Amino acid sequence: MTGEGRPREGLSRRGLLGLVGAGTAVGAAGFVGGFETADATGAAATAPRSYPFYARDRGGHQAGIVTPAQDRLHFAAFDVTTDSREALVDLLRTWTRAAARMAQGRPVGGDRPQPDVAPPADTGEALGLPASQLTLTFGFGPGLFEDADGTDRFGLAARRPAALRELPHFPADQLDPARSGGDLCVQACADDPQVAVHAIRNLSRLAFGVASLRWSQLGFGRTSSTSTAQQTPRNLFGFKDGTANLKAERTAEVDRHVWVAPGDDPRAGWLAGGSYLVARRINMHIETWDRTSLREQEALVGRERAHGAPLSGGSEFTPPDFSVTGSDGQPLIPMDAHVRLAHPSRNHGVQILRRGYNFTDGNDPLGRLDAGLFFIAYVRDPDRQYIPMQTKLSQQDGLMEYLQHTGSGIFAVPPAAQRGGFVGEGLFT
Amino acid sequence: MFHLRRGLVAALALSLPALAACTDNSAGGADGSGSGAGSDGTVQVTSRDDACELSTDTAPSGNLVFTVKNEGSKVTEFYLYDEDGTRIVGEVENIGPGLSRDLVVRAAPGSYVTACKPGMTGDGIRADFTVTDSGADVSASDAARQLERNATDQYADYVRDEVDELLDGTRAFVAAYQAGRDDKARALYPQVRVHWERVEPVAESFGDLDPRMDLREADLAEGQEWTGWHLLEKDLWPPRDYQPLTDQERQKYGDQLVADTEELHERTRTLSYTVDQIGNGAKELLDEVATGKVTGEEEIWSHTDLWDFQVNVDGAQAGFEALEPLVERKDPELEETLDDRFEALQDLLGEYRTDVGFVSYTALSEEEVKELSDAVNALSEPLSQLTATVTL
Repeated sequence: MTGEGRPREGLSRRGLLGLVGAGTAVGAAGFVGGFETADATGAAATAPRSYPFYARDRGGHQAGIVTPAQDRLHFAAFDVTTDSREALVDLLRTWTRAAARMAQGRPVGGDRPQPDVAPPADTGEALGLPASQLTLTFGFGPGLFEDADGTDRFGLAARRPAALRELPHFPADQLDPARSGGDLCVQACADDPQVAVHAIRNLSRLAFGVASLRWSQLGFGRTSSTSTAQQTPRNLFGFKDGTANLKAERTAEVDRHVWVAPGDDPRAGWLAGGSYLVARRINMHIETWDRTSLREQEALVGRERAHGAPLSGGSEFTPPDFSVTGSDGQPLIPMDAHVRLAHPSRNHGVQILRRGYNFTDGNDPLGRLDAGLFFIAYVRDPDRQYIPMQTKLSQQDGLMEYLQHTGSGIFAVPPAAQRGGFVGEGLFT
Repeated sequence: MFHLRRGLVAALALSLPALAACTDNSAGGADGSGSGAGSDGTVQVTSRDDACELSTDTAPSGNLVFTVKNEGSKVTEFYLYDEDGTRIVGEVENIGPGLSRDLVVRAAPGSYVTACKPGMTGDGIRADFTVTDSGADVSASDAARQLERNATDQYADYVRDEVDELLDGTRAFVAAYQAGRDDKARALYPQVRVHWERVEPVAESFGDLDPRMDLREADLAEGQEWTGWHLLEKDLWPPRDYQPLTDQERQKYGDQLVADTEELHERTRTLSYTVDQIGNGAKELLDEVATGKVTGEEEIWSHTDLWDFQVNVDGAQAGFEALEPLVERKDPELEETLDDRFEALQDLLGEYRTDVGFVSYTALSEEEVKELSDAVNALSEPLSQLTATVTL
């Protein structure tokens, strides 16, 4: 049981640097520390080069949630193909060890020379690349607890979180089963796409015989900022997205809206310190969007395009004032504007942590880009946060004319593993 | 089951040629065995055109890594011989100028001889090398050597039997085909192909025979003449607008297939195999399944892919079973995993059996294909560790 380097793995220079910011057990306090000790090169580098995979404390949060959103994504969902609980646990152990190594920029399987009559333990395309801020965030889908026939596959049904159910059908959903669901998920984020893809490829390989890749999605540019230190990026509609997103530095809000607290769900105490991940593949009809007048685009979003200021005035971070009306007596931010419908003040104060990415998967046979937003949200309770919000948006959001939801998944994201343990250990012990 | 890779990190390797070179004797594989404790000793070797420099001439027993850097102008090799300087304990070949390669061996205490062979000829530039006793258990074992001999004998018997069957079957198939008894030829086709597919890596090792006998139409180069099994397949399961072969063409291509099979039969009579060839052959058979059969690309006219699928798996299993006692000795966990996963895949395939063989590939749903593919992947990944396990 040694070899791949359980607690044996020594601390590389990168690992040490990362560790300073480790164990974001309480809000994001630790991660701010990471900034201060960053081995930054160049003026633009404000983040540490690597993030630790392990948490220092029990119940610490997984990296890749409040971590400042990296530029690239490879998200993967897996079907568990074994009936053996032991094999499943073994996979989670193997994944944990491999993830911890890759997060430090080290190859899977060890650093020593390996016999050349065997295939290399690491697939190799990330050799020589830095860790690139890689985070690997693991989650469990509803199917892990019960299959479609209600069978308790691994003796976990009694510990299934109450809110971990397939999402309801939202109006206008056009979900492709081949892009939806999954028993396990891995969100790989990095500032180098090769590093993110390398991680998913190697984790998939380690899973053969226990779990098989069901679907995966590449994202080429972040559409959210999760830290006040980051600029707000733009989505493929050309608008700044996520201006009002939850930010890691606002720890009280993050605690209230993102992290599952002890006592939230008596059956699922193991999830405390974790979160729920909602993934939606949202295609954008960008060709028709691009033929829409700027005035209408801004009205649909509720913000002006150039700087992201709300149409009620101010600058990007000015709170929108939904009561301001124009000369015609109509509200400056229309009733069906996205920003109005999604705003916490219109959703019982509910917020979500968005961590989405732009995607393009080539084009369709008609020459239209297969492009859009791969939406990822982390929430403390999907029943109170995501589901009511999306139900309303699907029915009323003017933007829906240009959107089509084509993939969907929901996952319970356990707290981080501690060194020597494995991700999700609390569920199995 | 995920300990395979772990075992490997601690394990060792030789640089060995792939199956392409079937040899006439069963030399080659390292016969050192036993479980060695890890050693941190990496020996730096610098090979020049006229010198062979080692960073040390002594190392503790256990896992030894020789990192061989070629600083000469010729392609070089590095060997570790036993005390007499005759038996090869480990070797790394084909190191181009400027390149560096690792030789990993499990060495018992004793005296050895090292050699660089710039230019790859002659006795090389030799020096004595001593392995001191670190207490690690690295004893070579007569029992392990016997297991290797048993494995290679068993596999050679298997290949000979299959090629016997292939020759008989091909004669019967071609006779029916040339006589215009197409129904009979169609019935025989998948049954005879079974024997080809079981030993495909051996057949493929003959670079002249394999393309003549088994090329798919899609694999043809511009202007290349198409002969062999798949030409006859297309003629027996003609697509629309197909120009059938004439009687003379049937005679010609049928005769050639029989003649080529006789040639294959002749060549395989005296062949023997090394354990690494058997291990790599098993892995290659599963690769065939993963890239050709599970996708339905192999038998695009007859759709008898599941027959090929089954027999590729059978062939891989025959290789594994020949090596199994050796695997069990060296890595019992891998043996158990492979045993389980062969069984799971065979069970799954069994669901598609019919009275006369298998359902057509076209009858499979996407979900069923994915399930088969998952089972192939589940087996192939640990199977890729087989060669390293038996040769180290």
